[in-house]
Parts: sequence; structure tokens; C-alpha cells
Amino acid sequence: MEFSELIRTGQAQAELLRGPEVPPLRGTLCVTGHHLLLSPGAQATPDLWLLLLRSVDSIEKRVAGDSGTITLRCKDLRVLQLDIEGVEATMDIARSIEALSSLESVITSFPFFYRPKSLRLGDAWHCHPPESYYKRVARETNAWRLSEANEDFNLCPSYPRAVIVPRAVNDDVLARSARFRQGGRFPVLSYYHAPSGTALLRSSQPLTGPQKRRCAEDEELLRAVLAGARPGARGFIVDTRSVQAAKQARMTGGGTESKAAYLGWKRLHRPLERGRPLQESFVRLVEACGDLEQSMDRWLSRLEGCRWLSHVKETLSTACLAQMQPSNGGACILVHGTEGTDSTLLVTSLAQIILDPLSRTMAGFQELIEREWIQAGHPFQLRCAHSAFSHTRPKHEAPTFLLFLDCVWQLSRQFPLSLEFGEGMLLALFDHAYASPFGTFLCNSEKERCLCEVRTRTHSLWSGLNQPKEQRKLRNPLYVPNPSAIWPSVEPQSLRLWQGLFLRWTRPPEPSEVAWEKVWQIVTDQEKAEGSPPTVSASESQP
Amino acid sequence: MEHIRTPKVENVRLVDGISSKKAALGTLYLTATHVIFVENAPDARKETWILHSQISTIEKQATTATGCPLLIRCKNFQLLQLVIPQERDCHDVHASLIRLARPVKYEELYCFSFNPKLDREEREQGWKLIDLGEEYKRMGLLDNYWQLSHVNRDYRVCDSYPTELYVPQSATAHIIVGSSKFRSRRRFPALSYYYRDNHASICRSSQPLSGFSARCLEDEQMLQAIRKANPGSDFIYVVDTRPKLNAMANRAAGKGYENEDNYSNIKFQFIGIENIHVMRSSLQKMLEVCELKSPTMSDFLWGLENSGWLRHIKAIMDAGIFIAKAVSEEGASVLVHCSDGWDRTAQVCSVASLLLDPHYRTLKGFMVLIEKDWISFGHKFNHRYGSLDGDPREISPVIDQFIECVWQLMEQFPCAFEFNERFLVHIQHHIYSCQFGNFLCNSQKERQELKIQERTYSLWAHLWKNRTDYMNPLFRADHRQTRDTLRLPAAPCNFMYKFWNGMYNRFEKGLQPRQSVTDYLMAVKEESQQLQEELEALEERLEKIQKVQLNSTKVKSKPSEPSKHSGFSTSDNSTANTPQDYSGNMKSFPSRSPSQGDEDSALILTQDNLKSSDPDLSANSDQESGVEDLSCRSPSGGECAPSEDSGKDRDSDEAVFLTA
Repeated sequence: MEFSELIRTGQAQAELLRGPEVPPLRGTLCVTGHHLLLSPGAQATPDLWLLLLRSVDSIEKRVAGDSGTITLRCKDLRVLQLDIEGVEATMDIARSIEALSSLESVITSFPFFYRPKSLRLGDAWHCHPPESYYKRVARETNAWRLSEANEDFNLCPSYPRAVIVPRAVNDDVLARSARFRQGGRFPVLSYYHAPSGTALLRSSQPLTGPQKRRCAEDEELLRAVLAGARPGARGFIVDTRSVQAAKQARMTGGGTESKAAYLGWKRLHRPLERGRPLQESFVRLVEACGDLEQSMDRWLSRLEGCRWLSHVKETLSTACLAQMQPSNGGACILVHGTEGTDSTLLVTSLAQIILDPLSRTMAGFQELIEREWIQAGHPFQLRCAHSAFSHTRPKHEAPTFLLFLDCVWQLSRQFPLSLEFGEGMLLALFDHAYASPFGTFLCNSEKERCLCEVRTRTHSLWSGLNQPKEQRKLRNPLYVPNPSAIWPSVEPQSLRLWQGLFLRWTRPPEPSEVAWEKVWQIVTDQEKAEGSPPTVSASESQP
Repeated sequence: MEHIRTPKVENVRLVDGISSKKAALGTLYLTATHVIFVENAPDARKETWILHSQISTIEKQATTATGCPLLIRCKNFQLLQLVIPQERDCHDVHASLIRLARPVKYEELYCFSFNPKLDREEREQGWKLIDLGEEYKRMGLLDNYWQLSHVNRDYRVCDSYPTELYVPQSATAHIIVGSSKFRSRRRFPALSYYYRDNHASICRSSQPLSGFSARCLEDEQMLQAIRKANPGSDFIYVVDTRPKLNAMANRAAGKGYENEDNYSNIKFQFIGIENIHVMRSSLQKMLEVCELKSPTMSDFLWGLENSGWLRHIKAIMDAGIFIAKAVSEEGASVLVHCSDGWDRTAQVCSVASLLLDPHYRTLKGFMVLIEKDWISFGHKFNHRYGSLDGDPREISPVIDQFIECVWQLMEQFPCAFEFNERFLVHIQHHIYSCQFGNFLCNSQKERQELKIQERTYSLWAHLWKNRTDYMNPLFRADHRQTRDTLRLPAAPCNFMYKFWNGMYNRFEKGLQPRQSVTDYLMAVKEESQQLQEELEALEERLEKIQKVQLNSTKVKSKPSEPSKHSGFSTSDNSTANTPQDYSGNMKSFPSRSPSQGDEDSALILTQDNLKSSDPDLSANSDQESGVEDLSCRSPSGGECAPSEDSGKDRDSDEAVFLTA
């Protein structure tokens, strides 16, 4: 397909407004296959202003007299206004942006064309999370094995090729269990808690259906989990749906584990919001944050009404269920909802950040996202197709990943010294999940990424982020490794609206930037002071 | 002493705060100044000290199987439940505390018995730390426009004003006295702040006694004089901080507000800040929300909204912003008043001054600001904060609101203030503690009569002595954003107003961030400074050695390596991140978590060493030294062992097994 067919006009004169705090930019506007460019005239800075078309969430055009205005609402929640000379040009540019920003084909998307000089293709794609994580587990225990039963994605199209399963069960059992689970997502290891010898697993709902079907192999698999854990360990199944919803799921062939069939396992229901209600919550919150005219009281009731912070609270509380204390017997936990690709991943990934000091490092966090979100089959392409501004009726969109990032931000606020990455990292992940020049968040599963050859034809976000020039933006200068678990307070008083994200473009960024500079200065001063004494001893040793 | 019916009760259970689930068993002591609870713990003698003057309410609750519970709410937002085994003891303790918490004479207050072991000279020096005379000089008043007036010598004109006041040069004694007769409680217009850059000023007064039609020539002349003292502007703003309806109602009582027709060149403006009664009940409602056990997010946000508290904070801020803008941008002088001119007026003038002048955002400048706009201008500390038993309808969190406004600004401008949140929290504590004489009485006159300066100590000296605890490591005095007027965004920004968890829930440690950025950065800063000094010392020595080497034969000597980091990294596992009970009512799940309460035992040990002078604060608050791992994160390196507490923290299995 040729992009040129979709570009109705090459260029126009325009003025760009980027909010009250930033001066407007005038110049020549230009639409290309993937970008919107504004090249300022000779007068101002020679810098080109560039916007990835993919990041446009909604577009609104108005014409008056012989000029027009286009309002672009971006997926990163920015609102841009373009004042364009000429009615015809305005309409043409608007239509071009509309067409180009909603292209669905993956292989024509920008990551397949993005070739930055500083990076080489294939870098950082070498990491294979399930394999490398298995090495970590294998050092601690012999109870698990790496299975390649899903080598050709036959058992489960949304799982990666390799998964970690109890050593005691063979691949046939896995195949049977997969048939008993929605989308083939049989229980696999998510996290092994070495100190207590217990495990965190995830799956999708069992297909018990109205007849309350059972599956001996599925039961065997979960039995093997308990047998492989610390002797006497109990199991808990955390169903992220309400009792009611789980029962209703039976009517459509789904359901939940019956107590009688799974000995040693108890079931808990922790309903978490998902899908459309979650998306609507996000949309309402962004709307409220954009409305600067409301009164103080209306602000609080809108904050309450959009329920976003309630979702944050519920999510964190559920993640905190993963308290695997040996003093209390230690328990294995299986988490699932319906498909096991959304709230399930939310819970398992947050639990790991709370429990595992390694996942709070820069490298560990990247590995966690790769393993527990991308490879675990969170359908990023569907969920992040649109952000909060889209007028189209949401189909599969849901800000599950954003909710995860928000919860991590809440953890970072309560434990400001314990995460190696800073708010900048979380913001970058949000931006890239919705629109990115990198291939990391493309497609919905490993299988799709293989078909599209994402690994060989696009750059990995991680190699982009791990470049030295990016570090100051992404790292937390206050980081001091903390070997303990970080149990957050989930009381409403302790949770806050993530202003850095939801008000990123409306509040003046300056005060926090000035503070951040100072933090860096204090920390680097110390490093300098620590670094200098050796020069003294060096010169001293000379005769 | 005669009010203490029973000085000691054994086997009392203490439930500290709302979120704590475990009761501590111990002994309760009543002393002349404190309620002291000593836990029966074999290894750590954990003590909880409550000043009688901090007690706000004592509620006797229904007797249970374990005993009779007494619920004590404190003015610094601490909440305690004491369960006393015997009904009779409970009755006695209740009756004693009721009396002790409501002293009738100033002499009963703690400041008259508090002795920080300073000699007379040190005490006198302490009172001299903050000098308002100096402050008015600092403002840079021009002699031909402003004068120091002695008209109120011996409090002849107004007994709630200070004796020394600045008024416009053209305001004669005749005009002042005339104007004072036309103002509630004779609080005539006087200077609060002078903005040197453009000669505009903020003046304050009480409401005029205008009724429906009365006028007063001298009062009109007084306002003219204020305008003339600012040659750059041809009008002044008169800001009435009350809601219009309230001001109009006052007219019926012969009071009211300025009629624009009678005063030439004034622009009159209402700013609707509610009265002390509305504020009192608003705080009450907000505290009820804070007391909810495991509220949902909706409960909390609804409760917060219904309390109206943040709306009131915003109203005060808006008024301050309005005045600061009038002064700095329009160059116009402003006269501010409410009814009596000692509550809302004090709030608004001090917020505006804080926005305008970076000096007030420093540690000492902030003390000056409170001294000027609150203490000297007769804010009724005794009535508002209930130091002595009095009319409960007079009590209202007026200065609490101002302190919160400062915090809200600190959140907005993290680099603009020299002091940190702890400084504000401690000032709030001491406004109620009556441990220092600064906030006693209702006016300067009363304080003079009581000879406060001879008989008590000054809080400012105490805070100044411990100033390293109160520093904001992010302070940037020279940055263009913070060095002059603070500029708030033009939009109304409701989201800028947040619930102040660190104040209203400050004793609920489980709800606070577990690590403190401020303390960490202060320690880092101190350490790099120390390393810098060591480096300089080493270089000096090196120079000497090299000289010696040149002169004589080779002398071998090795500089001692700077001992760094020894107190640093190891102590982190003492961060007892005890999990909470997240599972709610699901008893089946093995997540019964140890309560948060026991972390304190560790804290107290380190804190008592740090601040023995302040038992109330140290025994009750972990804000003192922030997170426990930081309190022992001594930058001096070496000497300070990581923590004696880490072994005693019985509840932190988490930390133990994760590091194992």
C-alpha cells in the first residue's frame, strides 16, 4: 500500500499551539507517511517539530473564513491545536491525518521503517524472558522445568514458545489442561518465591461450563504445584471476578475451579474492573483533568465518580494478597480471571514488584514487563488502539497496562528510594505502549510477533531506553537497593492521583523539573566527592 | 496535682491510632503535665507521652469484657484508645483528665514548668531571635511615606494591637484615633507588609462601623493616607474577606463594610472565606473521614468533599493570590479586613506575604511572619486553640488552615521553601502544646502582663537550634522561579489542593510513605559536605608532607582513608515493611498481618537519643527522624551502628526472611 494515496496535500502554512505555557510555533506543516512535521521558518529555532501520526487519538476540524483549526488529541493525553491557512488545506490535512493515524496494518507501521543511527537491529531482542527467568528459578529449586510444548503455538496461541511448569507433569498433561482452559492458557509459573518455597501462577478460567466439567490433567497439574512446593503448603486460587460473574461465566462455557475437584486449593474472589468499564473510567478521569473551569467540590466528586483511584486501590489490594509468609504456612497462588490476559497479569506483575527486589531494578523491571506483559500475551495492539480521547466506541480498548503503571507509581511514592527507575520510565512506557517507533509493544502475542518478524525488522524499545543519554530521564537518583518486600498502604489517604501523567500537559511542568534538577545535583555532588580522594593517595605514593 | 485522683493504673491496654489492630498492655501514669503510657515489654520500654494541653476530647465508651475504653482525641490529630480494667479507675482517670485538659489559669500550663536547662541569658537570647523592629527595617520602608507610630503606647488606642505599628506618614494621631473609633475593637488600618519594588503595601484592620449609612472622616482620611503612601497607584483595593452575605448582615449590627461612594479611589472586593464556626465544623467532618476504618475510595473522596475543607483552603489561597497579584502586578496597595481582623485577615495577609517575599519562605523568615501577622496583631491563640477552658464556640483551626496553605504551596513549589514539612508539623504541634510561651494568651498586652518572656521559653529558639531537622534539601534560593514572587498558574487548578496526609494522619504511620526523600537527601548532602571537608584536610596535609619531603628526607605517612558508607547500605533491611491486612474480612486467607504498631519501639530508641528535649514529639511521631532506616543512616560514618533496633523488631519477619 502506498501512503501517498492517503496524503491529500503535501504542505501548508500553520501555527501550532501546545498549551498555555509553551510559545506557539509557526512554520510549514507537512504530512508524511508516518509523521506530521512542522518546519519553522528561518526566524525561530531550526528544530523540526515532529509528531508520530500513530499517536493521534482523535482529530477535530473547524473552518472559519479562509483558515481552519485542527485540534489533535494525542494518545499520550496531549492536546495540540493547529491553525492552518486555507480552508482546502485544512480539510485535506485533517483527512490525511485521519486516514494515516488509523491504519491497522502492523507491518506498514513506523517501527518497520525506523532506523536510528545509534542502534543496530537485533540488539536487546536477544533476551528471552521465560528462559532467563527459568535459569533463576532452577538455581533455587528443582520442582519446575522449562517446557517447549508450545513451540509452534499449538497449545496456546497467546503464550510464548517456552513456559515454566511443574517438573512432575509431562507435556501431554499440559496439552489436556490447555484444552480445559480458555484460549489454551493452562497454569504456568509466574514467580517463584525462593524464601518461602512457594509459587505464583497464572492461567485463564477453566472451561467447566454449565455441566461443571472436570479435567483430571488440570487437577493433576495444580496438585503437582503443591507437591513441588514446601511440604504442607496450601494453595489459593485468586479469581479476579466476583462470585456472581464467575458463576455466570459457566453459561458461556467458562467457570471457575470447584473446591471438591482441587484438593488443597481454596478460592478467593477479588473482583477487578476490566474492559469497557475500565476504559470509561479512564476517559472520564481524563475529561475531568482537562476541565479547568470546575469548582473545588466538583473536582473531588468527579474524581470520585470516575472511580479510577478505586481501581488503583482494588488492584493494589489484590496484588497484596500474594503475601507468602512462611510464618503463616506459605501458600501457592494461582491467579486468573476470564481470559487471563488482563487483570491476571496486573496482579501477578504487581505482586512481583512488591516481593522481588530484583524486579525493582531497571533491568529487572524491563524483564518483568517483557515476561509478564508482552510474552504473557497481553493484547497490546487491541488494548492500546485508542487512548482516552477517541470518539469511536471502544471495542477491545482498556487501559490495563496504564493501571499497572499507576500502581507502580503509587509504590514509588510510598517507597521513594526502593525503585531504580523513576517516573520518567513509567511515563515513557505509557507513551510507547500507545504509540512508538519501537516494535516492543506491537501485536497481541508472541505468535503474531513471529509472523510479523518484529524481532528482526524493528528495534527493541529496551535498546532505545538503555542508551546512556536516556538514563537521566528514566532513573531514580534516590535509589538504594532494598532487600525487603515493599507492602504498600492501600488506604485511600495514602493513594493519590498520578498528576505527572494525568496532568502532565495541563499543570506547569517547571516546578517539578526544577526540583528534579536539584535532586540530581545533590546526588551527583556526593558521587563527585566520593570519587575524588583517590587522586590524593595516587600523588602521595610518589616518592 | 490536686486534680489527679489516681496517679497510676496498671494493666491498661493502649490502642494507638485507627489502623492499629493490636493493643499494647502497660501502665498508665497521670502527671501534672502529661499522660504517660509505659508498655510492659521486656526488651523495649516503649513510652507514649500525651500533653494534657493536646487533649481535645475524652470519650467514655461502652464497657466491654476487657474493660472500660476511653477514647482520647488530640489537637495534633493523634487518636488513642485506653482500655482500663476497672470501671472505678476509668471513672477516675476520665474525671482527672477532663479537669487536667482544661486548665483555668495560665499558670497551670506546661510552659511555666517546662525547663529545657537553659540559663537566663540563653532564654533572653532566645526571645530576641525574632525581632519585628528589624523586620520592618528589612522591608525597606521609605521614611517619607511610612512612620513608626507610638499612638498605641500602653495599648491606649487598641488593646489587641502591638504598641509599635507602622502607619502612613500622613496619618496623624488624630486621624488614627478617629479611625480607630470607627473600627470594630478599635483595630485601625496598620501596615502588615510593604513591597519594596513598587511601594505598594498590604494594610490590615477590622470592619468599619458603617452600619447602613454612618461615615467617619478620619477613617476616610486614613485610607487616603494609605493610598498616598504609594505614589505609583491612584487607588487602593479594600478587600473584605467575608462572604458578602455575612458582611451585609453585620450592617444591621452597626458594623459592615466600606461604602465605595464615601471613600475616594477605593476598589472594594468581597472574597468569601467562611467564618470560624463553618471552619470548625468542616475540620470536624474531615477528621471523621480520617477516623473511618478501612474506608473505600468513594467513602473517602465523598467525605472529603462533603467536609468542604479543601474548598475553604482554596478560598484562603485565592484571597492571598488576589492580594499578591494586586500588589506585585498592579502595584496597588490593599487594605484587608474581615470582622475583627484577627482571623481571616491574618490568614490572607500572611499567605500574600509568603507569595510575595522569598524571605518569608526561609526558616527564620517564616517565624517572623507568624510573629508579625499572628502573634503581634492579636490573633486570639488562647480562644482559638483552647489553651484555657473557655467557650468551645471560640475554638477554630484558623492557623492550622494557614499552615496547610503553606504545605499546599510547598507541594506546588518543591524548591521554594527553605524548610520542610516537619517544620510545619512541629509548629502546629507547639501551637497547641503550650510548652513554649509564644502562643499563649490572646494579645501582646496579656503576654506582657503575664511576663511571658521572663517566665517561659521561646519556641523559635528551640526550632532554630534544631534547624538541621527542618531544612528542605531541595531549596533553591537563587533560582529564577523561587527568588521573587511565586507565580501560580492562571487557571484555577483545583487539582493542586490535596489532602494533607502527613498532618491529619500523621500518627497513622501505616498510611505514611515508608521512606523519606527529605531525610535521605539531607543525609547525602551532609555526607558529601563531610567528604569535601575531609578532602580539603587531606590536601592540606599532603601539601605539608610534600614540603617536609622537600626539606628533609622521605617521611612515609599514609592518609587515613575516609571511612565512608559504613552506616549506609546495611541498615535498609530494618525498614520493617510489615504487610497490612489486605484480605479484609476473608478470614480464611493466611494473611493476618502483624500490626504496624510495633515498629515504634524501634523508633523510640533512636529518637529519644536524638531529641531528649522534646519528649512529646519524639515519643509520638516518626516524622521526627523520618523512616527508621534513615534515622540511623548517619553520615558521619563508622560510629553510628546501623541500628540497635533491627534485632528487636519482632514483627518484621518479612525483612528477616527476605534477606536470609
